[in-house]
Formats: sequence, C-alpha cells, structure tokens
Amino acid sequence: MDTFTPAGTILNGASVQDALMSARAVNVFYATKHAVKNVSLDIARHQVLALIGPSGCGKSSFLRCLNRMNDTIQGARVEGLITLDGQDIYEARQDVAQLRARVGIVFQKPTPFPQSIYANVAYGPRIHGLAKDRGSMDELVQTSLERAGLWEEVKDRLSQTGTSLSGGQQQRLCIARTIAVNPEVILMDEPTSALDPIASAKIEDLIDVLRTNYAIVIVTHNMQQAARVSQRTAYFHMGDLVEVGTTNMMFTNPQQKLTEDYISGRFG
Amino acid sequence: MNRRLLRKLRNGAFLALSLLATLLGLACLAAILWTLLAHGLAGMSGQLFTQMTPPPGEKGGLLNALYGSAMMTLLGILIGSPIGVLAGTYLAEYGKNSRLSVVIRFINDVLLSAPSIIIGLFIYELVVVRMGHFSAIAGALALAVLAIPVTLRTTEDMLNLVPPGMKDSSAALGAYPWRTTLSVLYPAARSGIVTGLLLAIARISGETAPLLFTALNNQFWSTNLNAPIANLPVVIFLYALSPYKDWQDLAWAGALIITMTILLLSIAARVILAYLQTERGFK
Ligand SMILES: Nc1ncnc2c1ncn2[C@@H]1O[C@H](COP(=O)(O)OP(=O)(O)OP(=O)(O)O)[C@@H](O)[C@H]1O
Ligand SMILES: [Mg+2]
Repeated sequence: MDTFTPAGTILNGASVQDALMSARAVNVFYATKHAVKNVSLDIARHQVLALIGPSGCGKSSFLRCLNRMNDTIQGARVEGLITLDGQDIYEARQDVAQLRARVGIVFQKPTPFPQSIYANVAYGPRIHGLAKDRGSMDELVQTSLERAGLWEEVKDRLSQTGTSLSGGQQQRLCIARTIAVNPEVILMDEPTSALDPIASAKIEDLIDVLRTNYAIVIVTHNMQQAARVSQRTAYFHMGDLVEVGTTNMMFTNPQQKLTEDYISGRFG
Repeated sequence: MNRRLLRKLRNGAFLALSLLATLLGLACLAAILWTLLAHGLAGMSGQLFTQMTPPPGEKGGLLNALYGSAMMTLLGILIGSPIGVLAGTYLAEYGKNSRLSVVIRFINDVLLSAPSIIIGLFIYELVVVRMGHFSAIAGALALAVLAIPVTLRTTEDMLNLVPPGMKDSSAALGAYPWRTTLSVLYPAARSGIVTGLLLAIARISGETAPLLFTALNNQFWSTNLNAPIANLPVVIFLYALSPYKDWQDLAWAGALIITMTILLLSIAARVILAYLQTERGFK
C-alpha cells in the first residue's frame, strides 16, 4: 500500500488507479475557520465524481482548491499537496492562468459576460491564443457550443448578447465557454441549482456525454442528481471527508452512519 | 382604535409636510427656470454664436466664451476622467480593503464636497503664480481636479455593481486581472461609467469660481492655451454685475445656454443609467 501519507491514512476508495488529479492531506482555512480538514481524494479520468454533504461542509472550498480559485479569496489559505498529472499545482512556477485552462470551473449562477454569445465562447481561446485565425475560431466556437448542447438553439443568433438567453441556456453557454479552452477537468459547483427541472435534466444529460472527454467533479445538493450523473461519490461532513466510493455503493450500502443518515434523510 | 387614529394622523401630517417641502423645492426650480427663460430667450439670437463678446455699449455675441468653455471643459474631462476612472478601478478591483484605499476614498469625499473656489485657489498657487499669468490650461487643470472625484466615485460604484461571479468566471478561464478589467468589467459597467463622465461634464461646465482664478477672461477670440481665455461662467458673472443693458442681456442668454446644457446632460445621464439597470438586468 502506498497510501500512507505523513498526515494520515487515506480512506478506502479515495485513491484510484492512474488518477488525473490527486489531493493529499488538503486543508483550507479562512482566517481562523478550518473549512476543509485533511482531505485526500483522487479524481479519475473519464468519470464524474460527485461531492455531497450538508451546507457549509466544505464542498465548494475543496472544489475551488483544484484550480486555485481560492487564491482570489482574501484570507484563504490552502495546505497540502494537489497534483495534476503528477505535477504540483501549488508550486511557485505553476502559471495559474495555464492551470485554469486545464481545470475549468462552472459556477452555480450562470454569469455570461456582457458580450455576444460568440464572444463569450471565444473569450478563453483568445486569452490563450488557441485559434490562429478567424476561421479556426469560428470552428472552435461551433464545436464548443455543440458539445455544450447549445448550438442548435443559438446558431442563428451568435451576435446577440449572452444575457438574452434563458437561465438554462446561459448555464450551457458557461459550460461551452469552459469547454472552449479545452480543459482536462471540469469542476461544477451546483450547476443546476438555479435552473428548472427541464433545464437541469439537459445539463445532466450533457454531463454524461462530456465524461467521455473530460474528468468532471460536481458539487450537488440533489441526491438523485448525484446518483444519476456520477460514478463516484464523496461525502463531506463539517470539513471532513467521511466516505468515498462508487456511487452505486454509496447509495445502496454506505459504510458510515453519517453518510447513511444524510442520504436517507434526503431520500425521505 | 385611538392608537390607530393617532398613527393615521401622524402619517397624514408627515405626508403633508413632505409634499409641502417637495412643492417648495419644485416652485423654486420653476421660478428659476421661468426667470431664466423670460430673460434669456429675449437675448437669444444668431449673433450669440457668431460674434465675440462686445465692449460696453455695443452689440455682440458669446462665441469666444462658448469656445473657451467648450475647450476647457473638454480638456478638463480628458485630463481628469482617466485619473478618476483608473483610481475608481483601483478602489473597486485591486485595493478594495487596503489602507491606501481608505485614505483615497476619504480624500475623494472631501474633494467631492470641497467648495470649488478652493480648487481655483489651489491651481492659482500651483500653476498661475508659477507661470506668471492666467491661462486656459490652468483653467482646464482646475476643471480636471473637479472632474476627478465625480468620475472616481461613479466608476467605483458601477464596478461594484458588476456581479462578482462575472469576475470569477473570467479569472476561471485563465484571465489575468487587467484582462478581466478591460474585457469584462468595463463593458459590464460601461453605461454607468459614461454616466459618470456626463455628470462630471455637467458639474464642471457651469463652474465659475475655479476659472476666475485660473483662466480669467478674454475680450477677444483666442485659442491659445497659454493665455487667458473667455468662458461662459466668468462672462456671465462679469456681465451680470455690469451696469450695461447689452451685457446683462448677454449674461442672461449665456446662463440659459449653460442651464440647458447641464439639464440635457443630466437627463442623458439618467436615461443611460435607467438603460443600464434594465438592459443588463442588474439588481
Ligand atoms: N470566503 C470565505 N470566508 C470565510 N469563510 C468561508 C468562506 N467561504 C466559505 N467559508 C466557510 O467555510 C465553510 C465551508 O464553506 P463551503 O462554501 O466550502 O461549504 P459548502 O459545502 O460548499 O456549502 P454549500 O453547500 O452551502 O455551498 C463554511 O463554514 C463557510 O462558512
Ligand atoms: Mg458551496
């Protein structure tokens, strides 16, 4: 077993073969608040990992560590080791912009930029110089929108502003925007909690398709959603990672009482 | 029952008082506008825009003063607003809670409410005394100093209205802060910042005191930035106090022009702000 780290043992099921990302003994502090405690967890390729747990248990905090979005929060401090393809993402020579191109994030509230639909999708590629000319940018915008399942709905109105779309469309636009920089991992923080059931279902279908190309980590409060879209599920409680395993196992036969209480409580 | 009656009475009394206050304010405004229109319209003529300010006893226009005012206002905005916008950006996006920001904000508030004559004296000491003479550029600098606090404040406020998620999303796509500011925050706050510019123009285009000590006045046509220049506020000030009927008429006409310009600018600012709030869907 190579699962022993100085900070403690790793939970059964927390590590996977050939992990894309690995977190080891990660702690997050906000000033004095200890929000994530000693969490070790792997992210597998071509899989959806669901993070569940009661409000305030540290899901978002952990998620934001994975592409260093915590860097922008005043007073936030991250400890521990997080690697992407074996590379420490917190080491000094890591270019944060580059990291975020590889590990994208979609937030709870869709936030299209005050620009056209086209410009929204082209925003990331322009920053990273991903398209050589107008033609390849057009192509990149189209494939990104196609992958996000939005192309058919917007192909005739690419020059309209992103805010003119419905909430669900806006969220898919944000996903397209993230996909456009061709990331390896997509983080999603409650991506459907601001959407109606039909729009949510579309996003869920989309997540299942995206899995073939990207590793996905999704935070959700919706147990059915976690059960539907993920292959692995991790349960957080007050900053601790309590249990992690295949989604099937977690929902049918949880090993920890805390997990069982939470899941069954939600199922009613 | 009694209590309710009392409350109703109190409510009614307050309503009546605030209505009265509003009416009083509106009545003053109406009186001012009416007087301005009555006297100003009489002095309105094509000559206003084609002839220079005349010597006493002759007919003339306000062309040199209009030009001087326009140029100094333009220069003042060109110099002042970039400083205001950039400083406002610093306060909203970079040094939000730093000690420097607290100091800047405080100074800006002082500047915002400082009597403009103080600004005039400041530039007088700093520029006019050193150059040895009054000049258009000194006037423009004084106006610039007046424009800074207005644009700074609106820029900061408008940037703070941009939903924080937008900034995070841009950062999450790998944009550095300067990029986020230029490509996302400024476009999102554009109408608000433009409103600030219009308000600043409205503020400085009617200022007299700072120009008295800096640009002074000029009877003749001049485009020289290094020399005294005519301008509407000072011309109005001097001509209104003069004993000559022609000069007084010109002063009224000038006052009407300034008031209408400011009125239009303020209305434009409001319309743009309303557009900002509905179009962008900000709460
Ligand atoms: N910026 C911050 N500053 C200070 N404390 C914070 C900050 N963000 C989160 N916290 C605290 O850290 C803890 C974990 O927060 P986090 O947002 O990660 O929880 P969460 O599991 O995502 O909750 P939710 O399900 O409600 O989104 C909470 O106690 C929260 O109050
Ligand atoms: Mg959260």
